Amino acid sequence: MENLKNIFNENPKSSLEKVLDIISTMASKPSGFIGLAILIFHIILAITSPWFAPYDYKAINPSLMLNAPSSEFWFGTDSLGRDVFTRTILGGRTALTITFFGSIIALLWGGLLGIFCGLVGGRIDDVVMRIVDAFLSIPWILAMLLIVSLLGTTTEVLIPALGFFYGKGIVRVARAATHDVIAKDFIVSAKARGHSNISIIWNEILPNVRDAILVEGAMRWSWMLLGFSSLSFLGFGVSPPTPDWGLMISNARGLMSFAWWAVIAPIVGLSSLIIGINLTADAFAKALGIDRSTKAPV
Amino acid sequence: MNTNIQEIKDLSIGFKSQKGKQISILRNITTNIRKGETVGIVGESGSGKSTLALAMMGYIKHGLFTTGGECLFKSQDLLSLNNKELEDIRGRKIAMIPQNAGQALTPNLKIGYQIEEALKLHTDFSKAKREQKISELLNQVRLPSPSIMALRYPHELSGGQQQRVAVAMALAGNPELLLLDEPTTGLDVTTQAHVLELLKDLAKDTGTSMVYVSHDLGAIAQVCDRVIVMYSGEIVLEGPVRKILKEPIHPYTYGLLKSIPKLSLSGLPDSMPGSQPQPGNIGSGCSFYDRCNFSSDECKFKVPELEYLSEIDTSVRCFNHSELISKTSEQKITNELKKEIIIDEILDLKDVSISYAKQGIIDQFLNKVTDTNPTVKDINININKGETIALVGESGSGKSTILKSIAGLLKTKDGYIKFNKEKLLSGDLKKRNSDDLRSIQLIFQNPDESLNPNHTVEQILSQPLKLYFGLTGNKLKSSIAELLKKVRLGAFYMSRYPRQLSGGEKQRIAVARAFAARPDIILCDEVTSALDVSVQAAVLDLLQKLKEELGTTYVFVSHDLAVVKAISDRVAVLYQGRLCEIGPSKDVYQFPSHPYTEVLIGAVLEPDPDIRPKLVAEDIVEEKPPEIGCSFQGRCPRILGDKCRNETPPWQFGDNGNAIRCHIDIEELKIQQS
Repeated sequence: MENLKNIFNENPKSSLEKVLDIISTMASKPSGFIGLAILIFHIILAITSPWFAPYDYKAINPSLMLNAPSSEFWFGTDSLGRDVFTRTILGGRTALTITFFGSIIALLWGGLLGIFCGLVGGRIDDVVMRIVDAFLSIPWILAMLLIVSLLGTTTEVLIPALGFFYGKGIVRVARAATHDVIAKDFIVSAKARGHSNISIIWNEILPNVRDAILVEGAMRWSWMLLGFSSLSFLGFGVSPPTPDWGLMISNARGLMSFAWWAVIAPIVGLSSLIIGINLTADAFAKALGIDRSTKAPV
Repeated sequence: MNTNIQEIKDLSIGFKSQKGKQISILRNITTNIRKGETVGIVGESGSGKSTLALAMMGYIKHGLFTTGGECLFKSQDLLSLNNKELEDIRGRKIAMIPQNAGQALTPNLKIGYQIEEALKLHTDFSKAKREQKISELLNQVRLPSPSIMALRYPHELSGGQQQRVAVAMALAGNPELLLLDEPTTGLDVTTQAHVLELLKDLAKDTGTSMVYVSHDLGAIAQVCDRVIVMYSGEIVLEGPVRKILKEPIHPYTYGLLKSIPKLSLSGLPDSMPGSQPQPGNIGSGCSFYDRCNFSSDECKFKVPELEYLSEIDTSVRCFNHSELISKTSEQKITNELKKEIIIDEILDLKDVSISYAKQGIIDQFLNKVTDTNPTVKDINININKGETIALVGESGSGKSTILKSIAGLLKTKDGYIKFNKEKLLSGDLKKRNSDDLRSIQLIFQNPDESLNPNHTVEQILSQPLKLYFGLTGNKLKSSIAELLKKVRLGAFYMSRYPRQLSGGEKQRIAVARAFAARPDIILCDEVTSALDVSVQAAVLDLLQKLKEELGTTYVFVSHDLAVVKAISDRVAVLYQGRLCEIGPSKDVYQFPSHPYTEVLIGAVLEPDPDIRPKLVAEDIVEEKPPEIGCSFQGRCPRILGDKCRNETPPWQFGDNGNAIRCHIDIEELKIQQS
């Protein structure tokens, strides 16, 4: 029996080890390393910034209007005399949180619906996919504006609304990935054994399409960030005086010719985060072997 | 005068592993191809035979590189030429015929145009001359009515015809050396025999040298003059085909030949233990040492050299080959199976017909039968407890379709399937209860596809155990360990993924998964056709042992008549979804038999150059079964005329217990066939 125990414990890799493996593979290439570094920097910044922000983000001071960057105000001040540096480091918090949870919702409903459609096929698949196509043809920003103006711009509205609109594309990816594995004999075998659809989705399909869906989800996250910032830019995202990059760009864009710092700082913040997520998603795909463009042929 | 068209000198090819270690795929290959000779290269998958064949036309796969030696074609080293120089040689002087012609032909160009392209590239004929040459070539490869054929698209041809077109294209440049990479592997038995016949005649007529790469010793025996046997990147044996196949003096070849099921022998073939070492894992001694029954201490530490024995014109890489010379003369028949059939019905297929055609909504509403000619029709088979019944036929014979409907994956259109004498099995999987589902398990052809690549062996085997018996924790683990032991694998395999296993090991896991449910019936769908011969023998042996131990019933689907003969108690021969013959296996393989069985048995290739296949019928492929009359009327060599075309043939019973569905009187058949 003792012998048997030893045999059972032969090098099973824990899932934590697997995750660490993937991360180290991602970081081994320059682009992946840079992407990961930017992303981690942004996340740490978003979590810790309230503790070291030098000024109050909503303190208005008419005497300090549109001051150029100086040793006192590193990124200058805006049209209301607020510190741009403070507002920039705080400005990603709302966007990052809302879009992170939005992406998770998008992943969940998009991924599961896509797998389900791929598995059952037939008429149900046809009907669901046509509905998804119909939604894809609606300009999302108009639909978002409609929802937001009807239900308000609270977090409880924004997260599911964004999650819904960005999940439509994931449905397609998940369905295509499912089609790749659905014809394989191990699925037929599970069906013939009499497993339920849920068990087949969970045990047989999900492990094989998980990677493709996760990568797609990471890409959607960066798009959702851009989308959310656009909403804020239009005045339908975060309400003032909460600092937000989209809103800051919107407020300061008219003053660009003489107070460039008030625009540049949030732009750098937003674009670096999106680039970071994109690079990370690419490296993630390569580390998982989904993107085979750089893999050795042997 | 130099009679060698190609000389390979000390060629080694390898790749660099991720850790920067150099791993060789081919090691010190030295051989010659003479003018006008056909050389077969044989070996299991991973032996380097395809890499060698590609190197013969100066092609090295991306990621591989030559680590030494040269490959001389008419004293010109192909491996040192640049692409431009190689272009002049490839197609004109050395041509290649790929394994899968269906994929090698461009789907949206007509056959004639594709051959003309080859002619334009390799010859300087005028337009008129080219057209003449196209029909000449199509004639040469025995395609009927070349002028019509030339206007067809590849998808309008059958597999055998596509392969012939590929041969015609290769011949377009009038090459001096023809490389064939498994050219008949994907074809049906009868088609394969016809294509091989063609290749043999072409070699004789044109005087072209051929290099024939295959894992199938039966095919090699038919076409080759000389054979090179490869094992883990080395030549282990080389010599005239008769010497190699009849008196193999290398232990590997000896074992390989013994592991092939043959029509002339009954019972299971001997299996060879172990598997070929992975590249880079070769020890200090002979690469075959681990699996060898004739090894001595010398073999463990010293690598044997290829030794030329002039008296039998054979080169061999073995220290103990002299021991084998005496051994080969004794031909023993072992593993004779007890084949008694006890009538104790477990599964009854009654008038089963299955259709893939879908009814439209309106037809469904009007209750109109749209498909009067279903894919599978009138199947009546009784399967007894504990027997192995084989369903045999070429592709399109409906054998897998029947299997799927027994498993509940396809609905039957008419008829019923009865289980355990009383219970009707529902055609709908969802309506079957858990116990019925458990009783019938499936094993698939390709273990790469039937095992979830993201599951460990433990997860794979725990699926049925959890589902049917609700096992958890330590009980589950010990059950899995027990199952692994049953299929002769250690418990340490539990944490492995399918990609870490060899083909044979994967199939064993698939077998273990089927047995995990403690089923009464196991449906085997071509379970050995994706495996190497030595592995095939081991898997067949395992299946037989498990059956003896547990009394399971097998429904065994295969296109390989020799395998079927080895393992089955009864055989059912199918053509176009209709039964032709059914009976105890030893009687089905004897005359009198249904003309289709006769054609199938005649086309079986034995690994013996002196046994030639008997080609009694054309290898036409029929798209659809005929609406009325005998299903085999289109190809039958003994067709009687209108009777066969208009009337469904009656069942006739032979003296030996086999039943034949034919209009010809059974006594008459006996006289005709003997």
